[in-house]
Amino acid sequence: MSDTHAHSVAFVRTEQVPPSPPPFTTSGPVKWAKDNLFSTPFYSVLTIIAAYFIYLILAGSLPWIFNGVWATSSLAECREVLDGVSGGCFSVLTERWNQLLFGFKYPAELYWRPTLAFVLMFVAAAPVLFFKLPRQLLVFTALFPFLAYYLIWGGTIWTPLLALAGVIVGYLVYSRFVAGSFAAGFFGGIAAAFVVWIIGGMLIPDNANDTAMMQAVPSRDLGGFMLNMMLGVACVSLSLPLGIALALGRQSDMPLIKWVCVIFIEFIRGVPLITLLFVASVMLSYFFPPGTTTDLFLRVVIMITMFSSAYIAEVIRGGLAALPRGQYEAADSLGLDYPQAMRLIILPQALKISIPGIVNIAVGLFKDTTLVSVISMFDLLGMIRGPILASTEWNGVYWELLGFAALLFFVVCYGISQYSQWLERQLATDHR
Amino acid sequence: MTTMTDPPQGAFRLSMLLNDTRYRSYTFQFIALIVLIASFAYLGSNLFSNLAAAGLNISYQFLGTPAGYDINQTLVEYDSQSTNARAALVGILNTLLVAFMACVTATIFGVIAGVLRLSKNWLVSKLMAFYVEIFRNIPVLIWIIIIFTIMTAVLPGPRAFRGDEPSASMVLNAFAFTNRGIYIPAPVWGPGSLVVVATFLASIVGVFAYRRYATKLLYDTGRLLPMGWPSLAILFAPTLVMFFVMGMPIGLELPELRGFNFQGGIKIGGPLIALWFALSIYTGAFIAENVRAGIQAISKGQTEAAGALGLRPGRIMNLVVLPQALRVIIPPLISQYLNITKNSSLAIAVGYADITATLGGITLNQTGRAIECVLLLMLFYLTISLCISAIMNVYNNSVKLKER
Repeated sequence: MSDTHAHSVAFVRTEQVPPSPPPFTTSGPVKWAKDNLFSTPFYSVLTIIAAYFIYLILAGSLPWIFNGVWATSSLAECREVLDGVSGGCFSVLTERWNQLLFGFKYPAELYWRPTLAFVLMFVAAAPVLFFKLPRQLLVFTALFPFLAYYLIWGGTIWTPLLALAGVIVGYLVYSRFVAGSFAAGFFGGIAAAFVVWIIGGMLIPDNANDTAMMQAVPSRDLGGFMLNMMLGVACVSLSLPLGIALALGRQSDMPLIKWVCVIFIEFIRGVPLITLLFVASVMLSYFFPPGTTTDLFLRVVIMITMFSSAYIAEVIRGGLAALPRGQYEAADSLGLDYPQAMRLIILPQALKISIPGIVNIAVGLFKDTTLVSVISMFDLLGMIRGPILASTEWNGVYWELLGFAALLFFVVCYGISQYSQWLERQLATDHR
Repeated sequence: MTTMTDPPQGAFRLSMLLNDTRYRSYTFQFIALIVLIASFAYLGSNLFSNLAAAGLNISYQFLGTPAGYDINQTLVEYDSQSTNARAALVGILNTLLVAFMACVTATIFGVIAGVLRLSKNWLVSKLMAFYVEIFRNIPVLIWIIIIFTIMTAVLPGPRAFRGDEPSASMVLNAFAFTNRGIYIPAPVWGPGSLVVVATFLASIVGVFAYRRYATKLLYDTGRLLPMGWPSLAILFAPTLVMFFVMGMPIGLELPELRGFNFQGGIKIGGPLIALWFALSIYTGAFIAENVRAGIQAISKGQTEAAGALGLRPGRIMNLVVLPQALRVIIPPLISQYLNITKNSSLAIAVGYADITATLGGITLNQTGRAIECVLLLMLFYLTISLCISAIMNVYNNSVKLKER
């Protein structure tokens, strides 16, 4: 056969031709751009508009950022250094750094205390956030609130120790009685804690703060981003148990309990946070016993906690409603009573479902802590709008300060929401 | 033979109040009631003794006394001699105004961003993701203040528009962006303008009638009438004709620089713009996420089934995807509207005279009636919230899947 070909054809290729590369336009970045940026005329127009928009933003902001001045002591000096060139006066951040973080009244030599509390917060939060860490670390988490209080406010060590002692006694009483009846353990524990606090409160002398090792700092001296952090962390952690209780109360069969919870939740959710802050600043002190004074910080914490607990209650109610009916019935058929069924079967699953919602509420609440600047507390935004922008050195440095505040909040809030998405993937047990 | 007997009904014993599930809930509720009453009584007695100690009482008479302060942006007649109640009314109207405007623009921003985020165009979808993340994660109060700062510190003063070579100029000779607010042309209603407006309203009715007729014709005979350009023609043609027939009765009054400030036209104050724009762009980011979730919630099978039936992409969107997506989108959308209304109370931070700034701000500080003012304020917001929730419930019931 090959002989015939050898005579009729001049040349026969014996090996295969290597495949030629695809045309330039159907591979690599060009193809990607063609598919993703210029697939239709309409998309091409959109791409060009978007690119122009990005160019405008970058052209405006990049020179401003890179020409920034970091080491002057007033706006006039900074403008002199810039000499008409577009650039940010970031020296306001370096010069007022401590004020932005701690407020303008916190004693400068004590800055290490809130800083240490801030660092320890991560240690305390780690076992709560990451389940793979050893559970023994939770002991530190339980101690952290008292430690943080002592570090930030200072004063006599007996106050946080007494609070801790009350909690420990309450916990001991609870674990002694909880086997018999949850109600007995729970209420007994609370009663025991209060007994310890009241007796201990009488034992601490009134002038203990004056002679204390750690200098006492009154609440009105707190400020800056520290105040936002403290309000956010304290209110979210306080409102979680309250929210769970409200959600369970709203699902209760007892009409009185149910309606009290419904009215509370709907009332709080119906009014803006700022009216609740007005309540804290002008109205709440009327409801305390005559002759006592409560500081604004505590009143604000009370109101924000009430606010966020109503929202958390609604999220948890969603989680409870999402559980299949069979879970409740299975718990009943095992002979568990209500507290046992809730603690062992229902709440662990319902809380897991509600984690993304709770994190959303926490992020929203953290952003809402800036509202306290309206009732003249000097949080980060209050510091910027009040003492810093009103000072003669820095009157008119808007963008650097507001941009810094925005960046700080963005980092924290974006971080939390990324964590929540990670956690959701970790907790996904339905093998989809 | 067996006899069925009721389980023995023992006489009621006191211990059953705690041990019998039938009675236990009454015990708990009774205890809760007592605790509730006791705590209310305790708070109430504190309140009254505190008020008595401060020489105060609860009275709403301050609502009838002259307010004594001026409000720069009002929708109804108001001067400093008007009553506090009138000031509160001005505040209520201003709240509703900014909330309504922000709801409209937030919806527009949100829908555009949400749809574009799903676009196959990589750059555009990334840009929209960036917009959503940036605006969702920074407090709205910071946005309000940033935009207010742009309004007051960056825009030129009216002085810059003066002189032979002004450093600032009006846009289209009709819009002036100054640091005192934005001036836009105001319509002037001449004689006969009523006829033009009536014609326009009638045209709107006409458009709906035409569309209904076209749909009926399609269902009855299968003939498809064009929808787009006839609707536009019906909407604008009669009005334009009537406008010229009546001798152009509606004119525009352009803002003009007279002396030190602009005169004429409508002035929209900086605080209103800041609040409006910040609320819409912030809430728009949330709405974008709702819209995206709603569209993604529609399974791909629906689109494919519609395609298999031979529908074109536009009709698939209009007839199949959107009606189902709206069912998912609208409930969270309405709660975003609620959030806008509540967040509009941040007006107090930039000095826009909404209800929080008038009743809860100046009136409260001038009269010292803290409790009354805050209660009225809460009552107002609670009413709005309950109204919006009621609307939401009605809507949810009407679009609920009719399951058989």
